[in-house]
Amino acid sequence: MLILECPYCGVHAEETELSPGGEAHLKRFGPGSSEDEFEGYLFVRENPKGVHFERWRHAYGCGKWFHAARCTTTLEVFGTYPAQTTEPPKDIKDKISAKRPGWRWRDFA
Amino acid sequence: MRRFSAFAIAREAVRHHMGWERHWRSPAPKKKYDVIIVGAGGHGLATAWHLGKHYGITNVAVIEKGWLGGGNTGRNTTIIRSNYLQDPSAAIYEKSRSLYETMSQDLNYNVMFSPRGVIMLAQTHHEVRGYQRTAHANALQGVKTEWIGPQRVKELCPIMNIEGPRYPVLGGLWQARGGTARHDAVAWGYARACSDMGMDIIQQCEVTGVRTEAGRVVGVDTTKGPIDCDKLGMVVAGHASHLADMAGFRLPIESVALQALVSEPIKPCMDIVVMANTVHGYLSQSDKGEMVIGGGTDGFNNYTQRGSFHHIEETVRALNETFPILSRLKMLRQWGGIVDVTGDRSPILSKTPVEGVFVNCGWGTGGFKAIPGSGFAMAELMAKGQSPLTDEFSMFRFREGKFIDESVAAGVAH
Ligand SMILES: Cc1cc2nc3c(=O)[nH]c(=O)nc-3n(C[C@H](O)[C@H](O)[C@H](O)COP(=O)(O)OP(=O)(O)OC[C@H]3O[C@@H](n4cnc5c(N)ncnc54)[C@H](O)[C@@H]3O)c2cc1C
Ligand SMILES: [Zn+2]
Repeated sequence: MLILECPYCGVHAEETELSPGGEAHLKRFGPGSSEDEFEGYLFVRENPKGVHFERWRHAYGCGKWFHAARCTTTLEVFGTYPAQTTEPPKDIKDKISAKRPGWRWRDFA
Repeated sequence: MRRFSAFAIAREAVRHHMGWERHWRSPAPKKKYDVIIVGAGGHGLATAWHLGKHYGITNVAVIEKGWLGGGNTGRNTTIIRSNYLQDPSAAIYEKSRSLYETMSQDLNYNVMFSPRGVIMLAQTHHEVRGYQRTAHANALQGVKTEWIGPQRVKELCPIMNIEGPRYPVLGGLWQARGGTARHDAVAWGYARACSDMGMDIIQQCEVTGVRTEAGRVVGVDTTKGPIDCDKLGMVVAGHASHLADMAGFRLPIESVALQALVSEPIKPCMDIVVMANTVHGYLSQSDKGEMVIGGGTDGFNNYTQRGSFHHIEETVRALNETFPILSRLKMLRQWGGIVDVTGDRSPILSKTPVEGVFVNCGWGTGGFKAIPGSGFAMAELMAKGQSPLTDEFSMFRFREGKFIDESVAAGVAH
């Protein structure tokens, strides 16, 4: 069972207390963008075998959205962080680099 | 290949079964093939078989990182039906269902196809409207299905409680020609027939890279060394994004775990397949007497073939109301598979941005039923560059908004 720490209220919430929200750090595109950009934003996903950044909502707790960094092949959680950011904080990136050298993710790694 | 027949069984019976052959060869990879198929699940093997059967392309390797049929093909609940809403889906799934009817003869391998009938239960008013609409669509598509009332449901499946307080049964969409088949046998039957045509099935060999020159595929890197090819088919279900990444493109796919479980064996009590999409549960009884139960998918990306336990609990809890008989059964085994889900819950059978690379994926929670039809269509696409059955299933449909929306009922499609 997946357990994530809510970065707002500090609760170690297990999965049934949370709702998954899909891939994080998507760059939003709207009217005026190219077809490639719009398709990429709406449908295309990294879906990596390995390091994944994703959105979660502490649905049956404080109700807030946050982000998690997790490995999709081991289910190891590298850390959680607030949603008001376009990339993970440095300490989480460092932690991932130590454990999964060579990891990559779109623009920021 | 020595054919299976009643005579062969009698012959082997008198000589202590010493004459049976291995079903397929396990050769070392050659340096080059005309076509390489990555993934020896049902779809990969069916694609290879149809390439040989209809297009005479037999210089083919099917490369599998584990053992053949060890992916979702050997993990599913084997429901076969073709009562989809959209025309392109009806075309490929109905083709597939009809190919299942003759598969045992075509492959000379008993796949135990059992057209026992499938009901999709309507347990909300939304579902009643949705399935009536599907029944009308199926009539226009030439797919034989029928909307039936609760009393008929009860006649077809007496162990069901149709008056549950939370999930009353309001009717169902009945496809009498749907059913089940033996999943392993489907993979084994195709593998044996492919091997007999001279194709190489290479197990325990993982594809680790895709080699291209000037935008065209020239081969793959594997754990058994590089192998060249003219055309490459990626048929790896939950690993599709990973393979696409090796070839330098991205897909509209997310990989999540889907689980199933079986009970201890009991006497025959249910001779049809029942799907209850509102509660994400579906049920049939195997020939051994086990109740085979499938559940819903997890909501997060996962490659571990392990799902979350609370989904099992939810499925069983909800099914107990409609099938009170289940509440005393012990569950024996539970497992998961990694399914490849697209935005419109429809598959992708497509050319890709890399010349010579074709992709077949996105069958998600419901591709066992599609194995022969998908192989038929994918082989045509790979041999001729185009197939009427795959035209609408291009990976580029998302850009144009030309979805084949099958997520209407409850977002599950097993
Ligand atoms: C629990 C569960 C229940 C289901 N129930 C039903 C049902 O009732 N009815 C229905 O129609 N469908 C059902 N499905 C869906 C169905 O199982 C799948 O859609 C179908 O089996 C997919 O077949 P495939 O050949 O595409 O994939 P798989 O059978 O998964 O084959 C893909 C193969 O590719 C291999 N592979 C991956 N990466 C590599 C690599 N790098 N190199 C070499 N090989 C690689 C894998 O090892 C695997 O063997 C269910 C699925 C699950 C998990
Ligand atoms: Zn919280």
